[in-house]
Amino acid sequence: MNETIQVPLYRAAHGRTGDKGNRSNISVIAWHPSLYDSLVAQVTEAAVGTLFAHRRPSRVSRYLLPRLHAMNFVLDDVLDGGVNDALNLDSHGKALSFLLLELPVVLPASLAPLLKNPH
Amino acid sequence: MADTLRIGSAAGFSGDRTDAARPVVDTLIASGGPSVLIFETLAERTLALAQLARQSNPQAGYEPLLDEMLGPVLADCLQHCIRIVSNFGAANPRAAALRIRELAAQQCSRPPRIAVITGDDVSGADQRQLLLECLGDAATGIEIASANAYLGAEAIADALREGADVVVTGRVADPSLTVGPAMAHFGWAADDWDRLARATMAGHLLECGAQVCGGYYADPGIKDVPDLADVGYPIAEIDADGDCILVKAAGTGGCLDEHTVKEQLLYELHDPSAYLTPDVTADITEATVTRLGVDRVRLSGVRGHARPATLKVNVFHQHGWLAEGEISYAGRGAESRARLAADILRRRLAACGPLRADLIGVSSVFGDDAGRWLAAQPAGDARDVRLRVALNHADRAMAEKLTREVTALYTCGPAGGGGVRTGLRARLGTLSCSVPRSLAQPVLEFIE
Repeated sequence: MNETIQVPLYRAAHGRTGDKGNRSNISVIAWHPSLYDSLVAQVTEAAVGTLFAHRRPSRVSRYLLPRLHAMNFVLDDVLDGGVNDALNLDSHGKALSFLLLELPVVLPASLAPLLKNPH
Repeated sequence: MADTLRIGSAAGFSGDRTDAARPVVDTLIASGGPSVLIFETLAERTLALAQLARQSNPQAGYEPLLDEMLGPVLADCLQHCIRIVSNFGAANPRAAALRIRELAAQQCSRPPRIAVITGDDVSGADQRQLLLECLGDAATGIEIASANAYLGAEAIADALREGADVVVTGRVADPSLTVGPAMAHFGWAADDWDRLARATMAGHLLECGAQVCGGYYADPGIKDVPDLADVGYPIAEIDADGDCILVKAAGTGGCLDEHTVKEQLLYELHDPSAYLTPDVTADITEATVTRLGVDRVRLSGVRGHARPATLKVNVFHQHGWLAEGEISYAGRGAESRARLAADILRRRLAACGPLRADLIGVSSVFGDDAGRWLAAQPAGDARDVRLRVALNHADRAMAEKLTREVTALYTCGPAGGGGVRTGLRARLGTLSCSVPRSLAQPVLEFIE
């Protein structure tokens, strides 16, 4: 009855990265409203901070948007100075949502039909 | 029939597709009713580059693709009373307006009434002292290339109320390109916070062009987008309360659903209860996004609070040199040869400050400049690797050493390296500050 499955976050949610200066924001939007609560419980500021530890965020803030079944993560000082200073080819950090969306999440097996790419 | 203002978006940045406007204009004409075409072409850095262009040529400094963007639709817009509002004036709105007058003289049956909005440039001698005070210690010793305040919607609304066919601005907040026409059309007051906030978020959805219509969204197998090669641009149908329905130009590719809209709604947003613009503080915490049909989505529930007391200014300044170099390795041992080349460059360039090294094909994007990420990846045996190195230096000659050392890998580096490319370019740094509104008063003039 209480079976669970572990899946990468991209099967349960999608998102996009934006940047302003040395600050990155990454949205996490549930593919289905029924997935949202599980994501809120697991895709936390701490979990995201750990994923991006190599970029030394000075702060990770999560804003919840329950009516949109979405969260907005704001990561301060993770862009090596941002588009004017960073040496990264992707100085905007445009690709960073794809790092976040690989976070493993554990969901009730009953929600599996709501996930993307079930195969 | 309810009063609806249609605002179509035909560009989301300088360098956007120049054939975007045609299907948007055709859709606006077919819809009938009052409508506006906006072009957002001014990313943060674009204006600084435009300012530098104007310094070397007083007739330049506006959107370089202006003719290509506007030329194909200008006559139809004038004929069908589709107002045009854009920040493509960049660092020289007046020169852009004069160019539009020339285009119209060649193409149109009547001369357009063109409004020019300036006042965003706060780099002048009169403003310099106060600007430096607002910047504080961060400004010590910098050489300012540009300083522009984000102006709001009011001057745009004034221009349209006075009968402008085309409104050309420099720096204004991106959503203000949408808020201005809505204020003018519906007669909203400048402190009607809820309505201004709703139009602001409509403008936010429009301001990146195709990004709300399936552009920058596709991820095959997970997020499939039909006919992305011909992706359409959005149109907002705004009602008298500022709520909007987003649609897509007819006959175009892409898709517009609740997911594409939510991604764009949160794009470059921080605190969703306080999205700050010169016009209003918008709050989307109670907003809802509803798919009404194919490529038809409603945004509602946006609320507004009083606008910030100050204006945001971006200052760009000369900021040294960026040097980059790349070389490829392929076949057996490619990764270890690329790693060896990186070690050689670190040693040869030790005096030039921190060097970033990427192994394209192994790890080159997620990592940090200090190399913590790459160091944590175990060495593998990738067979097709491009080494890419980069450094910043205040001194051009020091930065240039990187380009020479990468080139020297042809004869002095590991075996089989090929395809060297190097680049050296001046960098612009940026600082932001808040200034009193009095420092950047909008100035409206007409060019007939």
